[in-house]
Amino acid sequence: MKTMANSLFEEKLHSNEFLVTTEIGPPKGADVSEMVHHIDLLKDKVDAINVTDHQSSVMRFPSLGGCLLVKERGGEPILQVTCRDRNRLALQADLLLAYSRGIDNVLCLTGDSIDVGDHKEAKPVFDADSVQLLKMIKTMESGKDMGGEDLKGAPKFCIGASVHPEADFIEPQLIKFEKKVAAGAQFFQTQGIFDLANLHRFMQYASQFDVRILAGIIVLASARMARYMNDNVPGIIVCEAVIEELADVEKGKGLEKGIEISARMIRTIKEENLCHGVHIMAVGNEGIVPEILEQAKLPSMSTKGKRINV
Amino acid sequence: MIVAEQKTLEEIRRMITPYARVLILGCGTCMTVCDAGGEREVSFLHNALRVAQAKSGNGTHTFSEYTLKRQCDPEFLDVLSDQITDVDTVLSLGCGIGVQAIAERYPDLPVLPGVNTSFMGMAKELGVWDERCAACGDCRLEETAGICPITRCTKGILNGPCAGTKDGKCEANKDMDCAWVLIYKRLERLEQLEKMRRYYPMRNFRAIPRPKRLTSRISVDMGEDNEDNG
Ligand code: SF4
Repeated sequence: MKTMANSLFEEKLHSNEFLVTTEIGPPKGADVSEMVHHIDLLKDKVDAINVTDHQSSVMRFPSLGGCLLVKERGGEPILQVTCRDRNRLALQADLLLAYSRGIDNVLCLTGDSIDVGDHKEAKPVFDADSVQLLKMIKTMESGKDMGGEDLKGAPKFCIGASVHPEADFIEPQLIKFEKKVAAGAQFFQTQGIFDLANLHRFMQYASQFDVRILAGIIVLASARMARYMNDNVPGIIVCEAVIEELADVEKGKGLEKGIEISARMIRTIKEENLCHGVHIMAVGNEGIVPEILEQAKLPSMSTKGKRINV
Repeated sequence: MIVAEQKTLEEIRRMITPYARVLILGCGTCMTVCDAGGEREVSFLHNALRVAQAKSGNGTHTFSEYTLKRQCDPEFLDVLSDQITDVDTVLSLGCGIGVQAIAERYPDLPVLPGVNTSFMGMAKELGVWDERCAACGDCRLEETAGICPITRCTKGILNGPCAGTKDGKCEANKDMDCAWVLIYKRLERLEQLEKMRRYYPMRNFRAIPRPKRLTSRISVDMGEDNEDNG
């Protein structure tokens, strides 16, 4: 594969390593101490850390701010950018800021609808969608802004997007996936996967494209949480088998079970070579990610051939 | 057509408080069709306001009522001059356009909106209306099999569904169909799925900037001659 990586993470995308990313949800408030703690805990154990962008339309400390902290602490950030809250001027400005501070990886998302969040009366923006955001980055990389003006200093990013292999109506999702590939997405972090058969089926189709696919792993803490997510969180379909497994454990042991399920799935994905890596989403339980990696028997970065050009 | 919903009686009573003589003014077009402000609703509201005033012992308003053929068209407003001479306010049950047309015609007369103008749409079933058009000024229904993603997708996105669609419904509202599922199915049926595979760039919000103005293309094409005649 081609070299000339724009980021450390991109360099790894081009290797044959099994990639592990995770995500951190910034705090609701200005106290970043817990987030910094999680960054320190995770930065050497994973290949990159996503910072979410007002996930589920819940107002929080910004993704960009979180990525700056990841950078500061010596980690490799992936900036999640949604189109819900910023028009094309604000999106471009944020991307320029990110690039100028060494944040080189961007995950391009449309963003959840305002209605699922905690500021339901806010104005939804959606000046762009995820595909248009990918294209926007490509335009900026070519040295132009979206108004057609020259940029003084063009950014260069490693760009990714998401895909939903478990969607109950997959065909339109696959059309969109192909548009994202055509728009320049280099990697995909999928929506949470719970039934590996779906991942397998998706990869049989997706392997024809020259992109890296990281399977989304959501760590569930109880059957109740799983059902709640099924009903309320866009893009999540937890299968009955997993819900039953969680329901079977005694009270207070749910998270332990969730960790076990996630670790088992990761192990299977790796052993059976189902896709190129995993993206672990611990939704509010970031501290347990090391435990999952351990149970999944994944080498941490320190033993995995350290970072290359730092 | 334009679809609206009558404001609550409380809100209307609060608005009219400073005015003694109130003309309740209906509209014979869209507001009649959507049951928000036609002749019938004007008379219902008239009664309701009278009863509320009597019951509460609050207020000394006198009410009159009238329904215009169309509030949004200046030439239909001429008949109003007789109605309007001895009133202190007009409570318009026209859409937002009607309210503003009255305000423009009568600079010294306060006009109050009696309905919340909601959207452009059509009747789904008896008493149920659905939004269908956002008046974006750049119609792309050809690309989307006659189903508008700008209006019917909560996010108004152009390149296919988001990941939140489930059971054919929208992530924002489980009672509403996902526009992109509808579009996909209809394009498939028409054997035009290639239209969905196409990339659609960001919208041009300048297509018609706000506030919008349209000039009849006929007079534009005919140029000065027409202006002389008109
Ligand atoms: S679920 Fe469908 S209609 Fe709702 S926001 Fe997503 S694409 Fe639009």
